[in-house]
Amino acid sequence: MSSLFEGIIEAFRLIISLDPDLLQIVFLSLRISGTALIIGSILGIPLGTYLGLKPEKKTRLINKVIFTLMGTPPVVVGLIIYLLISRMGPLGVLGLLYTPWAMILAQVSLATPIIAGLTMVGVRAKGSEVVETARSLGAGPGLAAWTVVRESRIAILGAVITGFGRIIAEVGAVMIVGGNIAGKTRVMTTAIVLETRRGNFELAIGLGLILLILAFFVNSFLYNIQRGDSGN
Amino acid sequence: MKGIRKVYDREVLRVDNLALRKGQIYGVIGPSGAGKSTFLRIINLLTSPDSGSILIHGKEVPRNGAERLALQRRMSMVFQKTLLFRDTVWNNVAYGLRARGFDRTEIGRRVRELLEQVGMTDLSLQRADTLSGGEAQRVAIARAVAFEPELLLLDEPTANLDPCNIEMIENMVVKLNSSKSITVVVVTHNIFQAHRIAREVIFINQGNIVEMGETEQIFSAPREELTRAYVEGRMIY
Repeated sequence: MSSLFEGIIEAFRLIISLDPDLLQIVFLSLRISGTALIIGSILGIPLGTYLGLKPEKKTRLINKVIFTLMGTPPVVVGLIIYLLISRMGPLGVLGLLYTPWAMILAQVSLATPIIAGLTMVGVRAKGSEVVETARSLGAGPGLAAWTVVRESRIAILGAVITGFGRIIAEVGAVMIVGGNIAGKTRVMTTAIVLETRRGNFELAIGLGLILLILAFFVNSFLYNIQRGDSGN
Repeated sequence: MKGIRKVYDREVLRVDNLALRKGQIYGVIGPSGAGKSTFLRIINLLTSPDSGSILIHGKEVPRNGAERLALQRRMSMVFQKTLLFRDTVWNNVAYGLRARGFDRTEIGRRVRELLEQVGMTDLSLQRADTLSGGEAQRVAIARAVAFEPELLLLDEPTANLDPCNIEMIENMVVKLNSSKSITVVVVTHNIFQAHRIAREVIFINQGNIVEMGETEQIFSAPREELTRAYVEGRMIY
């Protein structure tokens, strides 16, 4: 209990003192997860929209694959990416292992199925109605698809929020492919694991609290956009 | 429409030969499940028939491509279940104009004019999903006619509306037809509505066009016994 209390005090001390090591870890976490979220959205939203507009019976197999990938354990994703980008792997020549790009790759692999799957569900709710209305008003295929994305934006934003939640809190995959190298690939979650192993519970709890506060602000920002857009 | 057949789990529409004349108002009547909505959707090129062809000004509509889109852009449809986009009333009405690449000045002029016609000027910046049923349907019709289509297809446009809104929409449809020569095809369960606004009536039952003729003839001297039974309000099985 005292560790928890001291951890909270430590968190505030670190925040107020603008500890450079902490700031470096926080910014790297945001940079990696932010980049992964953008790439995951660029891949997942069009894929989910495309699948959501297709008749369900034609996409059953791919739906099952996406839903399975949504629940894949991060360590499994990390292991697969590790094998792909390790020196002996097919992408070894790119030299990505233990770099932030390897961590981004792992997080993209985790976020994309979630964004695609939840977008698909959101679009399926009334996507075909929107397409028909758009087409009846003279929209070509491109404008009709864009209209569907606009009309499903609340569901899509929900998918992006969920994707962000999945990757910002993830530790297994980034630990395997990033290596938790100080100043290079150490992010908040891997730092928490390290400090816990070292017995620095106050610092680990402090980092955990900062992670929660950060997640709260990012999610609040996205939630406010979503809520404002729903007219409530 | 020539030799049109549409089959889902059963044959839902069969039209051997039917021609619609420019500038006319057609009322399409018939019991639920008769194929009226499929009839409209095939005309609007939203649903492709399993066989047969649609000809517009004597030219067959291709199965897909830019030419089909160009033909589709000469008509518009208002659905039974109105779907307004999650946007302002103004942007909803402007949608079809933007899709056709109209310039901002022309879009502004047309949208303003239409919103005034449907009594929605004060609500132009309001979100469309906050409108009442009658207001939403008026916006849907304004949106559908903003680009002045040659053919306006209405699927139960006044279902579930109060008498005041029904009258307003009916007057609007008749005015659009007379002032802009827009051909109108309106599907309605309400035979009195068909009587009020249509100049010709098409009676569909079990996917077949039973009878088509001038409104007065259909209501006072139908040629088919089935038509008589329907317009007299007797049940058809």
